[in-house]
Amino acid sequence: MSTQSVADKKPSRMEKLDSGLAEWILAEAKSRGATAAEVLMMGAESLAAGVRLGEVEKLKSSRERRLGVRFFCGQSSATASTAEFERAALKEFVANTVTLARLTAADPWSGLPDAALHPASIADLALADPDAGIIEAGPALEIARKGEKAALAFDRRITNSEGAEFDSGRYRILFANSNGFCGEYEGSSFSLVVAPIAHDGGAMQQGFWYTSNRRFAKLEDAEAVGVTSAKRALRRLGARKVKTTRAPVVFDPDMAAGLIRSLAGAASGPSLYKGASFLIDRLGSQVMAPGVSIIDDALMPGALGSKPFDGEGLPTNRKHLVDQGILKTYLLDCYSARKLKLAPTGNAARSVGQAPTVSTTNLYLEPGSYSPEQIIGSVKQGLYLTELIGFGVNMVTGDYSRGAGGMWIEDGQLAYPVQEITIAGNLKDMFLNLEMIGSDLHWRSSVASPTVKIAEMTIAGA
Amino acid sequence: MANELAHPEKFFSNRFGMSDRAFERILGAALERKADYADLFFEYHSAESLGLEESMVNHTSKSVSHGVGVRVCAEDRTGYAYSDEVTIDRMQLAAEAARAIADQRATAPAVQVGTPMPRHALYEVETTPLEIPLEERARLLREIDAAARAYDPRVKNVMASIAAERKIVMIVTSEGKLAADVQPLCRLNVTVIAEDGQGGRQSGGFGGGGRVDYKYFLDDDRWRQYAHEAARQAIVNLDAGDAPAGEMIVVLGPGWPGILLHEAIGHGLEGDFNRKGVSAFSGRIGQKVASEFCTVVDDGTIPMRRGSLNVDDEGTPTSRTVLIEKGILRGYLQDRMNARLMKMKPTGNGRRESFAHTPMPRMTNTFMLAGDSTPEEIIKSVKHGLYAVSFGGGQVDITNGKFVFSASEAYLIEDGKVTHPVKGATLIGDGPDVLTRVAMVGNDLALDSGVGTCGKDGQSVPVGVGLPTIRIDGITVGGTRA
Repeated sequence: MSTQSVADKKPSRMEKLDSGLAEWILAEAKSRGATAAEVLMMGAESLAAGVRLGEVEKLKSSRERRLGVRFFCGQSSATASTAEFERAALKEFVANTVTLARLTAADPWSGLPDAALHPASIADLALADPDAGIIEAGPALEIARKGEKAALAFDRRITNSEGAEFDSGRYRILFANSNGFCGEYEGSSFSLVVAPIAHDGGAMQQGFWYTSNRRFAKLEDAEAVGVTSAKRALRRLGARKVKTTRAPVVFDPDMAAGLIRSLAGAASGPSLYKGASFLIDRLGSQVMAPGVSIIDDALMPGALGSKPFDGEGLPTNRKHLVDQGILKTYLLDCYSARKLKLAPTGNAARSVGQAPTVSTTNLYLEPGSYSPEQIIGSVKQGLYLTELIGFGVNMVTGDYSRGAGGMWIEDGQLAYPVQEITIAGNLKDMFLNLEMIGSDLHWRSSVASPTVKIAEMTIAGA
Repeated sequence: MANELAHPEKFFSNRFGMSDRAFERILGAALERKADYADLFFEYHSAESLGLEESMVNHTSKSVSHGVGVRVCAEDRTGYAYSDEVTIDRMQLAAEAARAIADQRATAPAVQVGTPMPRHALYEVETTPLEIPLEERARLLREIDAAARAYDPRVKNVMASIAAERKIVMIVTSEGKLAADVQPLCRLNVTVIAEDGQGGRQSGGFGGGGRVDYKYFLDDDRWRQYAHEAARQAIVNLDAGDAPAGEMIVVLGPGWPGILLHEAIGHGLEGDFNRKGVSAFSGRIGQKVASEFCTVVDDGTIPMRRGSLNVDDEGTPTSRTVLIEKGILRGYLQDRMNARLMKMKPTGNGRRESFAHTPMPRMTNTFMLAGDSTPEEIIKSVKHGLYAVSFGGGQVDITNGKFVFSASEAYLIEDGKVTHPVKGATLIGDGPDVLTRVAMVGNDLALDSGVGTCGKDGQSVPVGVGLPTIRIDGITVGGTRA
C-alpha cells in the first residue's frame, strides 16, 4: 500500500514504560513479605476509522496503560491489575495483593522460572514499524473508502455494505521479575477489513476480507482487498443445502488454520494437566498423517505472532509441534511444565491481570507440493470449505461438529455454493486422514496453513 | 465504599475531583462542530475471582480499572475517544478527537447538566461475593469439589470458580441528563472431568449467578446442585453414542436452550443491522416469522438477572420489548442512534462492554413465553427425533440468517420415549424460518441459570435466555451417523 503523505511522516515513538516504577513495585512487594514477584506493564494507542457506503461512519481513538502483578508468598500466589500508576495508590495495591497471595492455597508447582533460563539480551524482531506510526483520521478514512469503493464497484449485485475499517495501533510491553529479569519491546499493527453485501433478489450474502501487518507498507493494496471481499460475497449467492452424506472435505487456508489451532489447544499444558485434552499421553506418537509437520516459530522477524520473550520472561524459539505426523512437544508455561514433569517451552502468554496461560506464536502447517486446484481436482463429490460457524469442538474427546458453508465440488470442479450444513468427525481421525497438503501458505494472521484435504467427514444437510 | 455506592451519581465527581460545570465544558467542546448530541461515559470496575483445581484453591486475581469515553453523534456517524486517565485535560483531548467525526463548525450549545434520569431498582444487592472473606469463598469451592467427587467415583477432576465484579457507571448527555448505576454481577462455575477406566473421558459443566447476593449460592444448596449437575452431565456423556446426522424433529428442553432465540432471531432484530438493511429480518416487521405458538420478548427489567440493567449504557431505562407476538414480527432492539435514525423509540438496549467501547443495540434477557403443552406430551408426540437439554455456544450470520448452536447433552427420542444419550452435535438452521416450524410449546418456561455472555463486534456483555420445552419440526442435526 502506498500513501506517500503518510509514509513520509516519521512516527513519534511511544514513550518508554517506567522500568523504575516496575523495580519499585518489586521492591515494595518484597518489603511487604512477598518472596517473589512479577510486574507486567502495557501501554497502547490506536485509531480506528470506518466508512460505510462511501461516508464516514466512525472514528475511535484510544490511549490506555495498565499494570499487572503476580506475587508469591512461598508457594502461594495471587495476580492483580490496576489502572493506577501513582506510587501512593500503588502502595495500597501492592499490600492488598500480597495479602491475597498469603490467603491462597500453597501450590507445590507454582513459582517463577529458574533464573538461569532468562535470556541475557532481548532480540530485535522488528515488531514495530520504523516508518509509520498511528495513521491519522484523514488518510485512514481514505484507505477504508478506497477498499469499500473497489468492492461496491466490482459487480452490480454488490448492493449494500457493512462498511470498511482501517485500524492502526502501537503498544509497548514491559515485563520484570524478582529474578532480575527486565525486558521491554514495542510493536505496531495495521489492518484493513472490507465487508460488502451481495444481493441477487434472493437471500443476501456478506463477503469479508482483510489484510493485516506490522508494517504499514506491507499491507495488501486496499483495492485488491475490496475486490476479494466482493468476490467472496458473490460466490455465496444462491447457496443451498446438500443431502446428508459422507464425502471428502477440502479446507481452504483460513479454515485449515482453524484446524491446527485446535491441535495446538489440545497440546497446551493447562488442557493436558486438567485432563481436558484428546492429546493426553500422546507425546512421541503419531497424531497426524505421515508427512504433516506443524511449526511454532516466535522468531520470524516482523511477523504478527513474534515476541522476543514469553509471558514469564523466558526465551522464545522455533520448534516442530508435529514433525512428519509425530507429536514432538507440548506447549508449556512453567506451571504446566512442572505439573507434567517437562521443561517450559517458551509459550507462556500473559495479559495484564491474568496468571500466565499458554499460546502459540506464529503457528503454521508446512506447505506441501499440491496447488489448491489439484486438491479440488482430486475430489469427485465433496465440499470445498470456506466458512465455519459455532463452537462445536469438544477438546476432551476431539469430537467435532460445526456449521459450515462453501462450494460443492463435482468432478473436480467448484459447482455451486452450499450453506446451512454441518461437518462432523473426530479431530483425532481428521488429523490422521489429512491428505494432499497445498503449497499455498500465506501469512495474514499469526496462524497459517495451506489448503488441505480430509479424506472423509459426515456432512449433514437436508 | 458503601456510602459512595448509595449515591453513584456523586462517585466520579468525588473520586476524580470533577463537577457538573466541568462536564458541561467538555460536552460543549465535543459539540463545537455540527452534531446531534454528545455524551460522557464514566466507568469504575472492580473484579475478583477465585479458582479451584485439583482440590486446591490456588488461583486468586483482582482487578480495578477505570476510564471515561467521550462520544459525538452526527447523523449516522460516531466519533469516540477514551482514556483510562480520568482528568479534565484527557477528557478535553478526547472531546477534540471525537468531534472530528463532524465536519462543519457550529456554535456549541450551552449544556446544563443536572436532570437525573429515571432508573429501575432491580438489584439492591447487600453483600456481593466481593465483601465475603476470601477464606469463606475458598471453603465453598472446596465443598463443591467434594460434592462433585462424591457424586460418582468416575469423577476424576473438578474445576470450580467464583467470579464477582462491580461496575459503577455514569452517563452525562449533552441534553443535560445524568444517569448513574451500581451494577453487581457474579457467577459460580463448575467443570468436571470423568473417566470410565477404559480410556473414555468426558467433561460436564454447570454454573449460575446474576446480579445477586453471595447468599444466592447457599440458598437451597444451590452450590451443591451446580456440582451435581456438572458431574451428572460428564457421567451421562461417558455413555453417549454417535449423534445422528440430517434433518429431524428436535425437542429442546427448558431454560438455557433458549440460546436458540438469541442466535436465530435476537441478533437479527438488533436495530443497527436493520437500519442498514443487512439483516435477514430487515423490513419484515408485521410479517409472519414464527408459528402462532411463539411469542418472544427481550426483557431487561427482571430483578437480579444477569442480563438485566437499571439503565442501559446510554442512560435509557431498560424495558420489555415484544419481538414476536403469536408468530408476527413486532419490534427491534434499539439504542439511541439507531432509534433516532429509524424514527423509533430507544428500547434501553444500548449496551457496551466498557468505557473502551461504543454502545450498540444488544439483547438483555431474551425468552419465549410459555404455551399449553406439558413437556411429557411434547416428548410423547415424537416418533423419532432428538431431545437436547444443554448447550454450549452459538453463532449467527446476520445477513443470510443461518445460525448454529451446539448441544452438550442430548438424547434420542424413539417412539415417544427419551432413550440413549448421544454425543454433542451442532444444530444449524435458518433464523427467519426455524420458528415457523415450532409445532408445540410447553408450559414449563424457565430462564437460564445465569451464565450467558454474548459477543458482537468484539464486545462481550452478560445476557440471559429462556425457553419452555418446544418441538421443532425439522432442523439439521450435525452428528456423525449419516
